[in-house]
Amino acid sequence: MPKKVVSGNYAAAYAAKHARVEVVAAYPITPQTSIIEKIAEFIANGEANIQYVPVESEHSAMAACIGASAAGARAFTATSAQGLALMHEMLHWASGARLPIVMVDVNRAMAPPWSVWDDQTDSLAQRDTGWMQFYAENNQEVYDGVLMAFKVAEHRKVNLPVMIIESAFILSHTYDIVDMPPQEEIDEFLPPREPLYTLTDFDNPIAVGALATPADYYEFRYKIEKAMEEARKVIKEVGKEFGERFGRDYSQMIELYKTEDAEFVFMGMGSLMGTVKEAVDLLRKEGYKVGAAKVRWFRPFPKEELYELAKNVDGIAVLDRNFSFGQEGILFNEAKGVLYNTDAKPIMKNYIVGLGGRDFTVNDIRAIAKNMKEIIEKGKLDREIEWYHLKR
Amino acid sequence: MVPLEEVRGMEIPENIKKRLSIPFEENFYAGHTACQGCGAALGLRYVLKAYGKKAIFTIPACCSTIIAGPWPYSAFGAPLFHTAFETTGAVISGIEAALKAKGYKVKGKDGIMVVGWAGDGGTADIGLQALSGFLERGHDALYIMYDNEAYMNTGIQRSSSTPYGAWTTNTPGGKKHFLEKRHKKKVIDIVIAHKVPYAATASIAFPEDFIRKLKKAQEIPGPSFIQLFAPCPTGWRSPTDKSIELARLAVQTAYFPLFEYENGKYKINMPNPKKEPKPIEEFLKLQGRFKYMTKEDIEVLQEWVLREWEELKKKAEVFG
Repeated sequence: MPKKVVSGNYAAAYAAKHARVEVVAAYPITPQTSIIEKIAEFIANGEANIQYVPVESEHSAMAACIGASAAGARAFTATSAQGLALMHEMLHWASGARLPIVMVDVNRAMAPPWSVWDDQTDSLAQRDTGWMQFYAENNQEVYDGVLMAFKVAEHRKVNLPVMIIESAFILSHTYDIVDMPPQEEIDEFLPPREPLYTLTDFDNPIAVGALATPADYYEFRYKIEKAMEEARKVIKEVGKEFGERFGRDYSQMIELYKTEDAEFVFMGMGSLMGTVKEAVDLLRKEGYKVGAAKVRWFRPFPKEELYELAKNVDGIAVLDRNFSFGQEGILFNEAKGVLYNTDAKPIMKNYIVGLGGRDFTVNDIRAIAKNMKEIIEKGKLDREIEWYHLKR
Repeated sequence: MVPLEEVRGMEIPENIKKRLSIPFEENFYAGHTACQGCGAALGLRYVLKAYGKKAIFTIPACCSTIIAGPWPYSAFGAPLFHTAFETTGAVISGIEAALKAKGYKVKGKDGIMVVGWAGDGGTADIGLQALSGFLERGHDALYIMYDNEAYMNTGIQRSSSTPYGAWTTNTPGGKKHFLEKRHKKKVIDIVIAHKVPYAATASIAFPEDFIRKLKKAQEIPGPSFIQLFAPCPTGWRSPTDKSIELARLAVQTAYFPLFEYENGKYKINMPNPKKEPKPIEEFLKLQGRFKYMTKEDIEVLQEWVLREWEELKKKAEVFG
């Protein structure tokens, strides 16, 4: 299989090209920009036939993708942090209009103070917009994620947009080997989009997004939720098919690593889970019975997988590179909520790590493991939320 | 009114059809929900007549969101995308890009018309950035700003297109003052600053001129812009049977002169080019919204109207 050494951003750009996207509308922002630069380079070199709209803001980037997608095209964009926040209104529009747009968000901390480094709060703050969210651990997952995203988004029972999320610099600007299947095999996996409705049907003109009174609006929301439920199945099917075709299986919405006999597990999303897996190997040599649970899909949330995991462990250390002010880490909050009405009651502790690109290392994970082991032995939490790196 | 089915069934001899300067075919259907005397509804009727079914409309938050009809209805005989307030320029850019990606012919004879239809607030205020982007990038689409001079759909609040002296709900007239002290923003001058291939003003009182301009907007490649004067009886506190008369007076007083800007050249399209403009008072006195203006206030507006008119004439003289 052809391999390339590329950054996470170039992996995203290659995936967009290989997915044969038809319209790209985007606006520059660090650390996303090299995705769009690479796509522009493909176009300039005649390697990709893409209509490229260099818009005047991220808000317009999403609006232009919405117009393009409503007119039947496969549309793609990318952004980060402030840009994603500016798009917020149109994220609701994309899902409400049931448009299968795919966007890469390079996680970046929200300002002020200014920061361009890794932090998941930008994407998690878009939790309720009706977008699916996939967190990539490495460059390969960025590439694979974009290809799968279109297939999931465009599935007739889904028709919802997908956000593929990668870490600022840790993935976006770091080079790694990425397998890229031959174009004809990708075309077989991902045929051209066949929209159910488009603005180009002049014989049956449609009106998209017209006013819905209280007698109808409610059902529109319910249908989005039904589509999210369908998406859980479609994600697993597409992930399985991807594995069969290309050798990397994504049928699990939570990737489990050495959890079978684990006493407790680390749970988190994105690139930090690569470090966690490394730490798990070391900790096991040191006698800890630990594993890792990487939440790939945050929306739709993998409720059942979490329950299956939680009922077999004594503790879960949830690592959040994000925070919801006035509450707690967002993944922690979600995971606790899922388990409340079940019989699975592991001890759960929230570690707030790596905000704004703060280094999070194997040694940090070792310290967390030690803390978790003590908590489990005592059967009692020392504190629920730990701002792990805080300078004291 | 003739029932729709009857209109559709009417047979008109081909030789007469050819002579019609306004297409006979109706694509804006009865059952729309505009107020009585709505200038915007009339404007939509002409646009849909001009382009037939082969046009894709984008409408942001504005009166036309409602006029087009609630789900699952549409008064449009052509596809329609409802979008957020500030996004018309960006959405039509995306639609145009998609059509090109799919290999459709856009604009020109038999080409698909991509039309943005937005109010003055959605254009001159919140949508100005997306409009500028659309114009600057040179997309093959048409942006129509129907100008009823305030946020009418939200209940008559001032926009930057509201004229000096006009009452609105957030610039009311009181015992001591009226609050609207700013002159109408000349959005079309901002559009022309982008050196677009085609920009024009039009009025619902001059439908043949409007249709001609719509056809021109179709023929000329690149972005085009039409500012359509569309009276709003509800917001202007004017009788519902006076909308066309008001639109005509706006032109005759040179308050809203008709002109075109085509590839760098200005051309004035006034019905009687040699005639001196009528006093602005004739336009004002039919409307309740100007009732707080004193004689002196009216003079301020009159002076502005004539100065702008002189400026336009000068432009047409120098760049005609």
